[in-house]
Amino acid sequence: MSSVSKSPWIIHYDGSSCNGCDIEVLAALTPLYDVERFGIVNTGNPKHADIFLVTGGINERNIDVVREIYDQMVEPKVVVACGVCACTAGIFKDCYNIIGGVDKAIPVDVYAPGCAIRPEAIIDAVVEGIGILEEKSKKLKAEKKGA
Amino acid sequence: METLISILITLGASVIFAIVGTVAGCLLSGLDRIISARMQGRVGPPLLQPLYDVRKLIAKDNVAVNGTIGTYVVCALVFTFIAGGIFFSGGNFLLCVFVITLAELMFVMAAYASRSPFSEAGAHRETLQIMAYEPMVLLLAVGLFMATGSFDLSVLPFLDQPILFSLWGIFLGMLYILTIKLRKSPFDLSYSHHAHQELVKGVTTEMSGKTLAQIEVMHWCENILYMGWVVMFFIWGNPISIAIAIVAFILIYLFEIWIDNNFARVKWQLVLKSTWIITLVLGGINITVLAFL
Repeated sequence: MSSVSKSPWIIHYDGSSCNGCDIEVLAALTPLYDVERFGIVNTGNPKHADIFLVTGGINERNIDVVREIYDQMVEPKVVVACGVCACTAGIFKDCYNIIGGVDKAIPVDVYAPGCAIRPEAIIDAVVEGIGILEEKSKKLKAEKKGA
Repeated sequence: METLISILITLGASVIFAIVGTVAGCLLSGLDRIISARMQGRVGPPLLQPLYDVRKLIAKDNVAVNGTIGTYVVCALVFTFIAGGIFFSGGNFLLCVFVITLAELMFVMAAYASRSPFSEAGAHRETLQIMAYEPMVLLLAVGLFMATGSFDLSVLPFLDQPILFSLWGIFLGMLYILTIKLRKSPFDLSYSHHAHQELVKGVTTEMSGKTLAQIEVMHWCENILYMGWVVMFFIWGNPISIAIAIVAFILIYLFEIWIDNNFARVKWQLVLKSTWIITLVLGGINITVLAFL
């Protein structure tokens, strides 16, 4: 395990949703589940974050916000779509203002379905994300060496 | 020749402090996080978590908004090492205070250099904190001179009694501002380790990757230095004072963690008012007593 997988810092954004997944994500980050055991820290600053947890779908208003947060994050970075709305826009799919899932705005690495998403699924998705983060980190290192 | 030797000693001590201070500060920070977690009924991260964090930050891509920030932060880090070197090699305390203040100012300049509103708000608050605690630190220097007749810390291990006996008021005042210095709640206005989104991340909002890693290392070394400032009150010309100083170190740090976990952040007005009142009352009375006795 490299250092990046021992200290994944998370930023969380709630798009167009019923807030159910949003509450589940925050619950999974609270002292009860103690994710700090794995070095996971909830940060409010995209520039410090490694994993971007998005709940809810993308609409005309928040697409720029999601892109902005993603752009501000420093490589290597991973995006996790939490809940069915973040994956495919879910129950809001046919609404006039909805564009779709998070992948309509930014590249998504892990899809975690559920309505609302279960805490176990969130933790599984983050662990999956850490694996991808590790791969990306290795790639970045190889690129740096090559350049 | 003597000046040259003392400069070389200080530089050597700074290099040693850069290594020892970083290692000790990292372990202290890890312990701090574990103890905080236990106080909240959690298990907490591994002891070396701060090291993992810094290693990860160094591996991150470089996206600094401009080159100036990095330069200022490197300067701040180097000045912190030098301040630690001066202090732990028994140098001039006043010089140590000035050098660490210079490091602080470099840190503030780095935040201003980014031109980000959040970062600037953090820098304003950082400046305000410096304004709040600096009078107490200067009174400590004055008190040290009045108690020992010298600004040199090398006289401490030859005293007949610890300076705590004559500088009790200043010691209590220093304990009060130590919370600001260690960046602990309720006085962590400009930046803290806990997640809160009010100012995004205050001073360090625009700092990422390697720069943020340097800030972390600076913070570790600062913690060791500031703990040294309060622990030196327990040093005198008796070997047992080392044991007492270690016990004092542990108790004071535990007390700070307890404060951190039990008090919510306060407004800046209260920080400024309370620190200045404490400084004026405790420090002022102490200095007056020293002057007339």
